[in-house]
Amino acid sequence: MCLAVPGLILTIADSPDPLERAARVSFGGIVKEVSLAYTPEALVGDYVIVHVGFALNTVDPREAHRVFEYLRQMDELAELETSPP
Amino acid sequence: MKYIDEYRDKKSAERYARALADITTRPWTIMEVCGGQTHAIVKFGIDQLLPAGITLAHGPGCPVCVTPLELIDKAIHIASEPGVIFCSFGDMLRVPGSKCDLLSVKAAGGDVRIVYSPMDAVKIARENPARSVVFFAVGFETTAPANAMAVFQAEREKLGNFSILVSHVLVPPAMEAILASPGNRVQGFLAAGHVCTVMGYTEYYPIAEKYGVPIVVTGFEPLDILQGIYLCVTQLEHGRACVENQYTRVVSREGNAPAQDLIRKVFRVIPRKWRGIGEIPRSGFGLAAPYAAFDAEARFGITGYTAEESGECISGQILQGHKKPRDCPAFGVRCNPEHPLGATMVSTEGACAAYYRYRRE
Repeated sequence: MCLAVPGLILTIADSPDPLERAARVSFGGIVKEVSLAYTPEALVGDYVIVHVGFALNTVDPREAHRVFEYLRQMDELAELETSPP
Repeated sequence: MKYIDEYRDKKSAERYARALADITTRPWTIMEVCGGQTHAIVKFGIDQLLPAGITLAHGPGCPVCVTPLELIDKAIHIASEPGVIFCSFGDMLRVPGSKCDLLSVKAAGGDVRIVYSPMDAVKIARENPARSVVFFAVGFETTAPANAMAVFQAEREKLGNFSILVSHVLVPPAMEAILASPGNRVQGFLAAGHVCTVMGYTEYYPIAEKYGVPIVVTGFEPLDILQGIYLCVTQLEHGRACVENQYTRVVSREGNAPAQDLIRKVFRVIPRKWRGIGEIPRSGFGLAAPYAAFDAEARFGITGYTAEESGECISGQILQGHKKPRDCPAFGVRCNPEHPLGATMVSTEGACAAYYRYRRE
């Protein structure tokens, strides 16, 4: 129940009651209905982390590359250390 | 799939592993808290990429695994009552109680239904007003927003036939219990990223400070876990003990405010028993007073029931990082996913189930 993969919001059904706001979300082609009650900021095209039917957060695309940037910085540092003075 | 495949890139993983080997000068034991991380570590062989001195201890973050025996017995009792529709996440059905499991109640004619979300159970209650519908509300902070919403909606709709059997546990008190235990070997933590999605990570500052352990909020893909370990070892090697966030694409410092608001409205913090560990103060949720009418234990008059853990299952030792699945003589012999002796073999997030699936030889 805790394994959450990011899903892509395909469509949103808005509702006058914010607790009823829901989306159709694709998980690699498997589409599920997901509540957006806790992610009022989520829009079509966003990726969301979903737990037992509720989107708990949107994935921040600006932060998504950090893990690779960190590697690149480590590589650059290593080059600096090994390059001749 | 986007946000998955790129974090499984083999070259980058090997690069992190080499970088780790470069900075590691001493042996370190790091615990990944979440069962989802344990699963990824065993599945992708991340532990086998690490320098010899680094040991990963598998933590208690599997809700199925830590649900105490007496709550399984209570679930079985309620599900066996005539007229009841008992709804549960699928992985709870095979967890052994004192005498049987929920699946055997279903096989004997009980109306036990697997649901994907607690809101499905609310829907079943709405559609079956003459039946008593009970949802088995297990989980950590990740499922609390959904379970809180189910109770909140049921109250709004005055669904008198809906109740929940609450078995909610919280991660930070369990981390503290592990650090405070006399046999503790854990020197640093990878905190569970999705728990922090809900709660943020400010709760970890006092723990890192009090016990002098680095705590790195970490995601679930191989590169996330490797970077989490790298950040943790960097701190350990430099004698630092800070809270760091590896999983910035999903986790913010403050967490999800609307979810926390509803959790605080519907639940209150109480002591909870953990299977194999025992009672931990302030380590779980029970229903708050305004929602007490939705408590299945009170409704079915079983609040006072207790059961003692027994048998040869060593899941308590495994959940605290003292032992690994292969240290158990029953592992793969008398205990397997078809005939589990304990919960760590049942759940997809359980350490024994992960070892059985990926590491049997």
